[in-house]
Amino acid sequence: MNRRSFSLVVCLVLIAFLNTAVCLDELRFYLRSEPKSFNPLTVADDSSETVRYLTGGVLLRLNRETQKLQPELASSWTVSKDGRTITFVLRPSIFFSDGTPFTAQDVKYTMDQLMNPELHSPTGDSFRTSNGKVECTVLGPDKIAIHFPAPVAGLEGLFDQVAILSSQSPKKEMAVLGPYYVSDYKPGSFVYLRKNPNYWKRDSWGRQLPYISAVKLEVQSNRDIELMKFSRGEIQLINDLDADYFDRLSTLSPAMVHDAGASLDFEQMWLNQVQTAPIPAYKRQWFSSRNFRRAISSAINRDDLCKVVYNGHARPAVGPVSPANKFWFNSHLQAIPFDQKAALRLLQQDGFQLAAGKLRDRDGHVVEFSIVTNAGNRARERTATMVQQDLRSIGIAVNVVTLDFPSLIQRITQDFNYEAVLLGLVNVELDPNEQMNVWLSSSETHPWNPKQKVPATPWEAEIDRLMRAQASSMDEQARKKYFDKVQEIVADQAPLIYLVNKNALTGISPSVEGAKSVVLRPQTYWNIEYLKLAVERASNGK
Amino acid sequence: MKRLRVAAATLACVLVFLSVAGSLAPRFDYSRQDREHIGSAPSPGHWLGTDDLGRDRFARLLHGTRVSLLLAPAAAVVSMLLAFAIGAVPGFAGGFAERAAKTAIDLVLSIPWLFLLLIVRAMLPLNTSPGTSVTITFLVLGLLGWAAPARILLARARSMRQAEFIILARSTGIAPYRLLCRHVMPNLRPVLLAHFWISVPIFILSEANLSILGLGVAEPLPSLGSLLRELETVLSLRTDIWRFAPLVMLVMIVSSLQIAVSKQEVPS
Repeated sequence: MNRRSFSLVVCLVLIAFLNTAVCLDELRFYLRSEPKSFNPLTVADDSSETVRYLTGGVLLRLNRETQKLQPELASSWTVSKDGRTITFVLRPSIFFSDGTPFTAQDVKYTMDQLMNPELHSPTGDSFRTSNGKVECTVLGPDKIAIHFPAPVAGLEGLFDQVAILSSQSPKKEMAVLGPYYVSDYKPGSFVYLRKNPNYWKRDSWGRQLPYISAVKLEVQSNRDIELMKFSRGEIQLINDLDADYFDRLSTLSPAMVHDAGASLDFEQMWLNQVQTAPIPAYKRQWFSSRNFRRAISSAINRDDLCKVVYNGHARPAVGPVSPANKFWFNSHLQAIPFDQKAALRLLQQDGFQLAAGKLRDRDGHVVEFSIVTNAGNRARERTATMVQQDLRSIGIAVNVVTLDFPSLIQRITQDFNYEAVLLGLVNVELDPNEQMNVWLSSSETHPWNPKQKVPATPWEAEIDRLMRAQASSMDEQARKKYFDKVQEIVADQAPLIYLVNKNALTGISPSVEGAKSVVLRPQTYWNIEYLKLAVERASNGK
Repeated sequence: MKRLRVAAATLACVLVFLSVAGSLAPRFDYSRQDREHIGSAPSPGHWLGTDDLGRDRFARLLHGTRVSLLLAPAAAVVSMLLAFAIGAVPGFAGGFAERAAKTAIDLVLSIPWLFLLLIVRAMLPLNTSPGTSVTITFLVLGLLGWAAPARILLARARSMRQAEFIILARSTGIAPYRLLCRHVMPNLRPVLLAHFWISVPIFILSEANLSILGLGVAEPLPSLGSLLRELETVLSLRTDIWRFAPLVMLVMIVSSLQIAVSKQEVPS
């Protein structure tokens, strides 16, 4: 072999190696559904939110680990005393992924688009606390003030969801300021993200972030396939693992799974208190009784639910805020004890009598009701069966009915043709303002009795007052005091019977360096810029 | 062959007897949750171990078999009777009746069952007891499952119309009802029986799938179908082999019954 041929071979080997090296530096995980939108302002589903998180540049970012806001594109910010104006100072010399410069005009453009009522932006809805226009004043190329018609409590936190768009780029929303940009998309198959060449963030050594060159998000709804691919090392991350899958993976490799403790998510049940619901009047009377609701709550063994249904990867819930929500959780709330004798005493106060294993009300009606839940969710079906057994111990007969999800939603929001429902609540935001739709009695999604013209009970009126007070206050401690009181009322009246807080269970391949599982979404890739892949990882390429 | 049939019949009888008698014994409580022993392996206290909620698998298998063996064949009988009435009779009669039956069969086969079943679920009160719910489910399956066998029966009956033995029988002045019972029915029996035996396991599995619509067996009542659904989560044959007991039970009962009654199918 002469020198020229040898050089050629070396060159070819080098090219092949470099090509492989590029493919090696690719993070892969699954989206469980097709992303509905790549426009960051119209994101309304989990998959679109994943793409937005990985590609969108925001002014402020909530640190998922510390739960504190940190500056991103804005180097600093101030909120006026009246809570109506927020002023941002922007970082200089930042460019979108297509090279367009980032200025205060882009922030103005983004806010104008976001607040455009024709866009129907779910993100924009969070800023709409009253009628009136949101106005932006550009104070310079790197300074902007945003004025709101009314005070917005927790205003800064809302900017964690606002990905800035370019006002000049011909690529429109595909020009991004985040660590990655969408390079390729095959509907039904995958979204391919490449490293943003103009990303502004540097590590402590001055190297441009992110470390990983590409992220491949494959669309895959089958959890078993996700588990199999993860255990084979073909994908590196899984968010939201079920307890069964967690334990299955744990037996294969304990280092791959992480239990970050109680998440913000709840499993809860409630009894139908809608006055016009097509259920017998005597049942409505039971469900409207505080003693009845509290008795049901006391008769359920939450420790067993955690142990049996979630294999220990859950905590008994005490109220409407998870302990994972460090600031807003009311630590004075007492855990609800499993005490069936106390439950019977409460029921006796309302005239219920237990005889021959059957509970009857004072008019002789046998206490029996149905719990509906969505079919196909094994954990929820098991929970309902355990609740059925627990309530049977105090003489209450429960029929468990599983329905397809659309039918269930129809029943609980339109027809109100149900007696009790068991469902989960996924909490994404920490701030109680995000729960206004749950607590206000006039809300369409007030679970147990929605769309009330006037509050049906004094305690609901009090919750309305407290929620409005916290939403209009700029003092965080005062807001906390108001919301603590809401939590106490809810714990006392038990309109929602909180069962468990599921733990945040994730899968992270040992080949991913720098990953730290947290309870807030996205649990595994919240610090995506700082993640690295070990070189020895097997890869299938794009 | 005769010995095999006798053995199969004996086995089928024993299994049916065990499921009925065993499920009546108070020792075998299918709903009691032993929360200290969830998903446990077979032991003297729990012969087939316990399920994910700590319920005795053996007790649930006995009760589930009883429920399914009582209701699935009943639904299959309903289905076959309808298939005979709507398929064979008009097929043999010919003319307008045959055309109307064909239209009805095509119509039923083209109806999306899912929506029909959703309507049924919407009409049922939520407080239907588990026993009533499962009975209604099998009844619905029986009422909807006749169309496919009816089409085959119609074709077979039509082909028999001009058969020599039928012409001969007619020439003797036999009454139509007697002709149907003495000559047509025996010739259609193999088809009917074949469909009957196909329908039984299909109905058992369909009932399990219907639980997604809120039909089917409600907790805590077991059925063979709901027990078979648990196999979705089996991790490995090697470690959890006892979890396949419902499948073994289903195969044993259906195949032994099929062997036991196979005499009639063998042409002399």
